[in-house]
Amino acid sequence: MTPLRAFIEGIGVIGPGLAGWPHAADVLTQRAVRDAAQTVLPAPAGLPPAERRRTGPVVRAALAAAHEAVAQSGRDAATLAAVFAASGGDGGNFHAICETLASAEPQLSPTRFHNSVHNAPAGYWSIATRAMAASNVLCAYDGSFAAGLLESLAQVSVDGAATLLVAYDTDYPEPLRQVRPIVDAFGVALVLAPHESDRTLGRIEAHLSDEDASAFADADLEALRLSNPAARALPLLDALAHRRAANVVLDYLDGTQLAVSVEPS
Amino acid sequence: MNPLLLTHFTATSCAGRGLDATLAALSDARSGLAPCDFEGAALATYTGRVAGIEDAPVPADLAAFDCRNNRLAQLAMTQDGFDDRVREAIARYGLERVGVFMGTSTAGILETELAYRRRDTRTGALPADFNYANTHNPYSLAAFVRAYFGLRGPAASVSSACSSGAKVFGSARRMLESGVIDVAIVGGVDTLCLTTLYGFNSLELLAPGPCKPFDVKRDGISIGEAAAFALLERDLADPADDDAIRLLGIGESSDAYHMSSPHPEGLGARIAMEQALASAGLDASDIGYVNLHGTATPSNDAAESRALTSLFARVPCSSTKGATGHTLGAAGALEAVIAALTLQHQMIPAGANTTEPDPALGLDYVLTTRAAPLRAVLSNSFGFGGTNCSLVFGRKGAASA
Repeated sequence: MTPLRAFIEGIGVIGPGLAGWPHAADVLTQRAVRDAAQTVLPAPAGLPPAERRRTGPVVRAALAAAHEAVAQSGRDAATLAAVFAASGGDGGNFHAICETLASAEPQLSPTRFHNSVHNAPAGYWSIATRAMAASNVLCAYDGSFAAGLLESLAQVSVDGAATLLVAYDTDYPEPLRQVRPIVDAFGVALVLAPHESDRTLGRIEAHLSDEDASAFADADLEALRLSNPAARALPLLDALAHRRAANVVLDYLDGTQLAVSVEPS
Repeated sequence: MNPLLLTHFTATSCAGRGLDATLAALSDARSGLAPCDFEGAALATYTGRVAGIEDAPVPADLAAFDCRNNRLAQLAMTQDGFDDRVREAIARYGLERVGVFMGTSTAGILETELAYRRRDTRTGALPADFNYANTHNPYSLAAFVRAYFGLRGPAASVSSACSSGAKVFGSARRMLESGVIDVAIVGGVDTLCLTTLYGFNSLELLAPGPCKPFDVKRDGISIGEAAAFALLERDLADPADDDAIRLLGIGESSDAYHMSSPHPEGLGARIAMEQALASAGLDASDIGYVNLHGTATPSNDAAESRALTSLFARVPCSSTKGATGHTLGAAGALEAVIAALTLQHQMIPAGANTTEPDPALGLDYVLTTRAAPLRAVLSNSFGFGGTNCSLVFGRKGAASA
């Protein structure tokens, strides 16, 4: 049995009223108040202009969080294996595709089609950073962050590969919002290394658990946690923000959760 | 990497339902492709449609998962006694120790396409019976398989376009190697839908007739649907298992080039193949057959040929997509099962529909199925977004040295 363990070297966060990890950490430790604002998604850095114009919100959320985490780690993005985890793709794009296909003239645009693949953010990330290493793209509905974390920890622990984990989901327009009520974008990224270094922010170790997922006492944070599959990472981010040893349980699958012990450096 | 045992496997595509039918189609180089008659698709192309999906609903207690994709998953899982072997594994290891890793590109997006035709004319609302989570969402496939067997271990859908069904082997290997699970159900399922039919049409990549991979007259893909499954376990080093099929190597890479075109020199593909060989501890000369990604688009087949000829002096190869169509997120799993069949039956399958291999590509392209002593074979799967995965399967003692 190989412990599923990694050393965090970088963190990226983007969400409603959360502009980057330092700000998110201040909100979680109550040194700052979270503004009631929509997520501000920056233009995706690193892409040629023609590619940048084709990107939708899901790519922007993923790349913003990923760039922040990699910058903090000081590592070259091209050297990192990557795991992308999301419940869905670009909801607005799916809506447009389904409207077109239901019409009398079901002709799609090529850009709409290639942006519909679940691995669009992974593809754009590799183009932006020239990363040719392995990247995997997972989905486990509301448990997508935990699925991505488990996959990343296995990659780090089994193969000794420094790995970038990026989890993200963005809002759905009506009428899809009725069936998938995600109203705003959230992205989180972690750079996970196999060994401790002077860049280590904390050590994490995970195992499967049947305990209930950790919830926030604070109603605003709890609502945020439940608002987006990527925000299910917040209990882990909370422990890292407080720089305290903690055991948190993250939403994963029906009847199975992911317990994570956090040891700050 | 430590080899993993492929203890059981099955596949269903337009070429055949289950292993015997699949093997027969490969032996005869018979194609299952036919003119597209998929409802709502007014396109002059061929598709690889699996007969009988419409008549095979999922069990009543899992009715929330009912959609074309999960129906095909069930149809395929119940061939070749695969479901019985899963239950045996559960009895041996426990519900918590069995992982599920399923590849799909579009899962049950067809349900959303159909729901959009039934929107409330006044409010625009989707019909009340539409279930997004259990049909359209990519996880619906892994969730269905997990619920079908009542499992309580880890699970995920892998959705990296047309490499999905191969990438699941990588995820499963990491979980098995870490000891989180004792057995993994891996596979890939993708079914026909308008998004992919009209999407590939928009890219002008659909062949008007049955696809002809690597032919001088190749002119695009034929979209197929398929489901393929395998059980993966750690190698028990039991001498009685010497003839068992093993997963020996995995290579994963990214092109970092373009969203919908392969790297023209096949650089990412080459890296994936090199890594797969290295992780298997094999040389290119140890590989007796390559099952090519071979979609039959001019650019894919040219790039893959460049990658292959840069690594291999001369190796018998073919794309089985002429028989099955391009089954997208299922292709990697389907072709992994075909690779296992070639080892089990010591045969090299011809590439159906291809009559005149493009001499400019420089491949030893197999036009007639033949018997051959095979110790190790390689299977390629590449996808949109520049995602590449190569798998090496073999028998014990696959290395020539």
